[in-house]
Amino acid sequence: MSWFDKLMPSRIKTEKRRRSVPEGLWVKCPGCSAQLYRAELKRNLFVCPKCNHHLRIGARERLEWFLDPEPREEIAADLEPQDPLKFKDSKRYRDRLSQAQKETNERDALIVMAGALKRIPVVAAAFEFRFMGGSMGSVVGERFVRGVRHCIEHKRPMICFSASGGARMQEALYSLLQMAKTSAALAELAEAKLPYISVLTDPTMGGVSASLGFLGDVIIAEPGSLIGFAGPRVIEQTVKQTLPVGFQRAEFLLEKGAVDMIVDRRRARDEIAAVIAKLMNLPQPDEEPIEPTSPTLPPATPEPSTSANAA
Amino acid sequence: MDLKFLDFEQPIAELEAKIDALRFVGADSDINISEEIDRLTKKRDSVTRGIFASLTPWQVVQLARHPQRPDTLYYIEQCFTDFQELHGDRMFAEDRSLICGLARLEGRPVALIGHEKGRDTKERIERNYGMTRPEGYRKALRIMRLAEKFSLPVITLIDTKGAYPGVGAEERGQSEAIARNLFVMAGLRTPIVSVVIGEGGSGGALAIGVADRMLMLQYSIYSVISPEGCASILWKTAEKAEAAAEAMGVTADRLQKLGLVDDVIAEPLGGAHRDPKAMAETLKNALIQSLADLDALDADTLVRKRREKLAGYGVFKEG
Repeated sequence: MSWFDKLMPSRIKTEKRRRSVPEGLWVKCPGCSAQLYRAELKRNLFVCPKCNHHLRIGARERLEWFLDPEPREEIAADLEPQDPLKFKDSKRYRDRLSQAQKETNERDALIVMAGALKRIPVVAAAFEFRFMGGSMGSVVGERFVRGVRHCIEHKRPMICFSASGGARMQEALYSLLQMAKTSAALAELAEAKLPYISVLTDPTMGGVSASLGFLGDVIIAEPGSLIGFAGPRVIEQTVKQTLPVGFQRAEFLLEKGAVDMIVDRRRARDEIAAVIAKLMNLPQPDEEPIEPTSPTLPPATPEPSTSANAA
Repeated sequence: MDLKFLDFEQPIAELEAKIDALRFVGADSDINISEEIDRLTKKRDSVTRGIFASLTPWQVVQLARHPQRPDTLYYIEQCFTDFQELHGDRMFAEDRSLICGLARLEGRPVALIGHEKGRDTKERIERNYGMTRPEGYRKALRIMRLAEKFSLPVITLIDTKGAYPGVGAEERGQSEAIARNLFVMAGLRTPIVSVVIGEGGSGGALAIGVADRMLMLQYSIYSVISPEGCASILWKTAEKAEAAAEAMGVTADRLQKLGLVDDVIAEPLGGAHRDPKAMAETLKNALIQSLADLDALDADTLVRKRREKLAGYGVFKEG
């Protein structure tokens, strides 16, 4: 470092250093604070290779990995959200929508795809949390329902990966009613005796949790996920006490009997395919080889930990 | 009981006070002041009509939460006969925020489910201010299944800020309890009529509000989140509740225009609490009419139509 560099105020120095590293090349693990190389993290499905913390993963990336490469067909991709109430808070809903669309390259917060899981024809849906907090409005509800209808028509099981703050306030009562709408579709799926596997990922709260989230024939949670109805802050304000460590985390829910199992993201294909095959009386699908990039992959049936990365 | 007036009702309150004072004087004097009382009463009514003709959404919110607003217990007494309360979810506890039971409506047996906030502090604490826990929703579910088994129509009266956000409620599966009710109500093979009588707060309201006929009293509200909750998230301060109420469109007439409620039941001049008896009478007639309409449908048609209606909720553009 030259004498001139030393004279420069520290703020300017940091600016300069930050610019030299491209944005997002390194990711800090929220679980163990390790600096992780993004490309490697991505290969590991955004599970920290050091501590197994499950970071959030985009909806499309998740489905990309979860479904067999072929065949794939997106359902109701062309649905476009509207602003029936001309909703405006500090920002207009229209502007929030176009901003979210630009940032995520998605039209709304749920992606639904017909495809196959280990050659079993399925429909899989995933919430994009980066799209307005994965909130459920009219398009999310309609896409989900069309996915379910596709299942009924083609006798397929339905799988949904939730990641949502709840109902979308900007569509007000329309959003609330999506809870009833999606639940009604699932009632029809149940009458058709087709399995519905609900996977709750971080976070699954409010109206999504209190409708399609907890209606799974089998309910799976990702490790460490925040899952519940009311948000922790609201509960703290209401009961005026600090919440126990691990409250509303996946491990807590397993202990309380609210979910069937906690499944490591990297084992989701194996576990879900095995459950569906049994429920539909199909032969046991083959287990997939463990990825070489996942040295810390837990055993097939991990011991449920109660306090893990819960804080 | 003294009427409580809201801020925007002050002109009405002043006239009411004058009328009261005159009545007091009139009682023990020979002067005939009935003419003056008549004049003031007419003036009070026209002032009331004026104020109530253009209520803001926030004023309606205040009316919907009025401490003297008739509640589920009142309507049970006024609209129904032979009410028998049924308690408990058979699994964990009795939840007093949600009253369930069997009753008769004009002689006809019905299953009744309704939120009760409580009328005084002691009662409000017992009833948890009308905020239901999972055991309450599960009790309601049990009663709905009972109704289905014996072909009784289900009537639900909604009046809650929302499902209770507490530690125990979460531990016992608040989300699952609400979701299960939506799921079962969507396929229940008996008529369901729901009426928002006060506050229809979020999932806590919807959990007993999946219906063939969705009705709202004129000055009740129904929303995805309380105006305060919406304001504190989107405006970062609960003080913007008024703006949030405006933006969300929480009032009965707005929701009817959007096609999200089937019918709005008119309230007496000045709101339900000004003439609870008249309100109960109107509500009773609306319930009888709704059930009569639904009687024409067999169970298959009923469920099919209910599901078609649910599937139709939402606004989006195709392509």
